[in-house]
Amino acid sequence: MFYREAGDFKTTYAKDNQTFPIAFDRYRYYFVLFMAIGIVPFVINDYWANAILLPFLIYAIAAIGLNILTGYCGQVSLGTGGFMAVGAYTSYKLMTAFPGLDMVTITLLSGFMTAIVGVMFGLPSLRIKGFYLAVATLAAQFFLVWLFNKVPWFYNYSASGQINAPERTMFGMAVTGPNAESWVKYLFCLAFVFVLAWIARNLTRGSIGRQWMAIRDMDIAAEIIGVNPLKAKLTAFAVSSFYVGISGALLFTVYLGAVEVGEAYGITKSFLVLFMIIIGGLGSIFGAFAGAAFMVLLPVLLRNILTDGMGWDTALATHFEFVIVGAMIMIFLIVEPHGLARLWALAKEKLRLWPFPH
Amino acid sequence: MKTLATLAVATVMAAGPALADLVFPDLSYRTGPYAAGGIPFSDGYQDYMTLLNQRDGGIGGVMTRVVECETAYNTERGVECYESTKGEGALVYQPLSTGITYQLIPRATADGIPLHTMGYGRTSASNGTVFSHVFNYPANYWDAASVIINQLLEENGGSLEGKTITLLYHNSAYGREPIRTLETLSEMHGFELSQLAVDHPGQEQGNQWLTIRRERPDYVIMWGWGVMNQVAIQEAANIRFPMENFIGNWWAGAEHDVEPAGMDANGYRALNMNVLGDLPVFDEIQEHVIDAGLAAGDGTNLGSVLYTRGMYAAMLAAEAARTAQEIHGVADIDAAMMRDGMEALVMTNARMEELGMPGIGPEFTVTCEDHGGSGMARMQQWNAEAGEWVTLTDFIAPDDSVTDPLVAEDSAAFAAENNIELRCNES
Repeated sequence: MFYREAGDFKTTYAKDNQTFPIAFDRYRYYFVLFMAIGIVPFVINDYWANAILLPFLIYAIAAIGLNILTGYCGQVSLGTGGFMAVGAYTSYKLMTAFPGLDMVTITLLSGFMTAIVGVMFGLPSLRIKGFYLAVATLAAQFFLVWLFNKVPWFYNYSASGQINAPERTMFGMAVTGPNAESWVKYLFCLAFVFVLAWIARNLTRGSIGRQWMAIRDMDIAAEIIGVNPLKAKLTAFAVSSFYVGISGALLFTVYLGAVEVGEAYGITKSFLVLFMIIIGGLGSIFGAFAGAAFMVLLPVLLRNILTDGMGWDTALATHFEFVIVGAMIMIFLIVEPHGLARLWALAKEKLRLWPFPH
Repeated sequence: MKTLATLAVATVMAAGPALADLVFPDLSYRTGPYAAGGIPFSDGYQDYMTLLNQRDGGIGGVMTRVVECETAYNTERGVECYESTKGEGALVYQPLSTGITYQLIPRATADGIPLHTMGYGRTSASNGTVFSHVFNYPANYWDAASVIINQLLEENGGSLEGKTITLLYHNSAYGREPIRTLETLSEMHGFELSQLAVDHPGQEQGNQWLTIRRERPDYVIMWGWGVMNQVAIQEAANIRFPMENFIGNWWAGAEHDVEPAGMDANGYRALNMNVLGDLPVFDEIQEHVIDAGLAAGDGTNLGSVLYTRGMYAAMLAAEAARTAQEIHGVADIDAAMMRDGMEALVMTNARMEELGMPGIGPEFTVTCEDHGGSGMARMQQWNAEAGEWVTLTDFIAPDDSVTDPLVAEDSAAFAAENNIELRCNES
């Protein structure tokens, strides 16, 4: 019924190679885009923006970034929180040092700064692999957080070591700060998500992405067939850190507005993003979105159902939230170890054949 | 498809209040490493509001309603709690977390909802000319640092020359707040200040106490919270640090902080901004709230240090609401009126006695310029034998000549960073 390629003829190579080759899938994608751009900004309110959609979009960028490194290139990283902090502190320093700079430039520059830092910490990946690399990136995590706590220049010598995002505008509308409208913040993040996801999808389909995957699947074999591991691994670190840095910058500037590095970008953040890509599905852009949605939306949904819907005590609800989310992670990983993206792909396979499975 | 799923949730949450009531959101934390402090505070806050409903029929005839939201001391959850509760007509926010306070200062100011950060949060917010919607009466961190040093000065015959003092602090905005004041004070009084940071959540302090053991400072001042306090006091006992020279601020001086260390904690000192012991109001809470089965917790926290403080916070909020009702002549006030009420709040001994809590805090008057109250605090000491805190001193005044310039400097920086026009010029 759905998801038929029957009758959907491709007359050019470009059409044959498009991201969503099946018409139904393509229309679904356009529909989601239309909803996200055409409908949501008009109905969004502060709660939906600040508690649900902004964190979802921002974490989706981080998950795409980590997915490029871990899912596509096979390099395990536990330094995501630290790299996000690099993005946040870069944008803070830029925002306060150059008040005239617009937010897009600031955010992109934060991404580039993080890419440089990421490449530096990625250098050891040429010599160490697997668990040992995870430990090396863990060191990056702790070092970066320590650095931003230790050197007062990073937080402009403020008394408390907090950084606060001042108000900055874009086309005359406030994007950061308390006076920013929720739909502006939402669209600003959505634009970044859309462009970055689009680039990531196409990068992973192209020659660079194939090199990453070759390294992931078997680095010695990849080297023998002519993939340069230095280039492949470092580009993966650079692109991944670029994404993670942008996500960290947006988390600080648009979403939170005030940040304390140890709390906002601690080791728990690294694990959170890692869980997102594991649950969503390694090596899948859709998986990054699904994982971010799972980890961000599910706790909020549970909280609303348990406390507001069922009138439970808040402490009890919070404990149960841990239990339920934990149990669901286990169930998902037992039922489908390749994550939500794989479940989605299986569902599509089934739909293609339904209702005649033979 | 995500959008659709989320829209479905919206309908679940869209239920709004219809009746006239005074909404006091309680951003509590009953889970996580800071729950030990969060639970009694929240119990005290909610129980006092329930008492007002049960005994007096609300404030000025309008019932109060507490909306509880669990933050787990996490800023992202705090933001979510703020956004989800502000639509219910929230009058004042008390997040009991310095990190969440920093998030909420710009948001609440933009939304026109006052924040009351009693003895925590951003110290320079006591400057009302810059921070229109933030109140931190009756005291703040810089007052606390100054009060501790004043007390030590008195004990040492007016001079701390050549003494060494170590600040053991929670490595967050909260713990770093007093550093600037203590640095200024150390220059003024000639004592040597060293700083030791303890990372969240505060379980790991072996290294810090090794340093203290090696350096043997004359005094250790602690800015701790949650599980960090218990660990620190145990560690201090382990290295046999003289407990009377170990002084916590008012968030490091509750029963649950010292009890795990047993008899070894005897003599540990801490600040307190409210009174200890039996207050007449506790009997009324017992009668109207706990015995009636309406208590927020299990009722066992009644009378503990942080319960009393939570109740004190609720009392200040209720009194501000009452003041607002008088100013505007409206019983069902909104957040803007509440702000006016907080700015006109006057706390006298007579009023506190009338409320059944004589001398619970210092007397103070809030003005347009001064949102900080008197800044006075007491020193208390743990008596492990009796298992109770003993008040050592009366309310000690801070050295305003030290804190005022610091407040002016920090708030001016904030005003410049955010293009804030100074208020209170008309007088």
